[in-house]
Amino acid sequence: METAIFLLFAFLAVASSLVVVAHKNPVYSTMGLVLTLSAVAVLFVLLGAPFLAVLQILIYAGAIVVLFLFVLMLLNITREEMPQSGQPVQRWTAILGAAIFFGLVGTLLWRVYHAANRGPLAPLSEQLVSLKALAGELFAEYLLPFEIVGLLLLVAVIAATVLARRPEDAENAGTAVGPVLTGTATTEPDPSGQNPDFGGGGR
Amino acid sequence: MIPISWYLLLSALLFAIGTAGALTRRNGISIFLSIELMLNAANLALVAYSRMWDARTGQLVVFFVLAVAAAEAAVGLALFIAIYRQRRTIDVNRLNLMRW
Repeated sequence: METAIFLLFAFLAVASSLVVVAHKNPVYSTMGLVLTLSAVAVLFVLLGAPFLAVLQILIYAGAIVVLFLFVLMLLNITREEMPQSGQPVQRWTAILGAAIFFGLVGTLLWRVYHAANRGPLAPLSEQLVSLKALAGELFAEYLLPFEIVGLLLLVAVIAATVLARRPEDAENAGTAVGPVLTGTATTEPDPSGQNPDFGGGGR
Repeated sequence: MIPISWYLLLSALLFAIGTAGALTRRNGISIFLSIELMLNAANLALVAYSRMWDARTGQLVVFFVLAVAAAEAAVGLALFIAIYRQRRTIDVNRLNLMRW
């Protein structure tokens, strides 16, 4: 039963990841990524990490993918952005490189696994699955990295806001009475609202 | 019971697919999607090793990887918006200002 579930979702993950890298339309690629992430979340549950599976769905498939879709929608990128999907030479070279890379990584993981192989796998332990134990370790031993990651997210939010700001907004930021002084704001009283398809690009 | 090596091979396969995508795609956002795929493959390997050693450390690392991936996506997509505003394209072949 477990093997059947593994095989089903492993196949699903590989197939949908092929959609991610091969489909011409980025929106379909994003949807393929949602499918891949969900399949991998199921594998996380099989491996005894249900909390990570939930996080995967919430953060990856929820927040990050929605962010991608939002940007795709804002930039209005459809398939004409990439009329030539690469010269065949480059494509086949990349596929060959990926195959060699797969061989290398697979061999490496395989050998590490066999070097550490300790017979048949023990059944899932309470200690591994328990969310309480995970949180205890996270907030005791890994408290400093946790705080640093919080800081990193704050910096990322600020950086995204600054980067995605329109240049006109940056100029007007110093003069609080910009629209009044220019006097041309007949139809657009707010300079930040005159081109709504580029607004709010940040996080 | 499924051997851990199956998970490891699946992880390597997903990572290789992501690599091929990141190398062949022209659209910047598609490259980003491929990178997310590679990150996820690494997460799968970490969780599999965590299962093998019956230790939670791998799961905690995955937790941090998720947070870093979120930050990376936010900043990267903001960069693409800024680039698109300047150049009206995010085709990476045409963003060659700093190429030799």
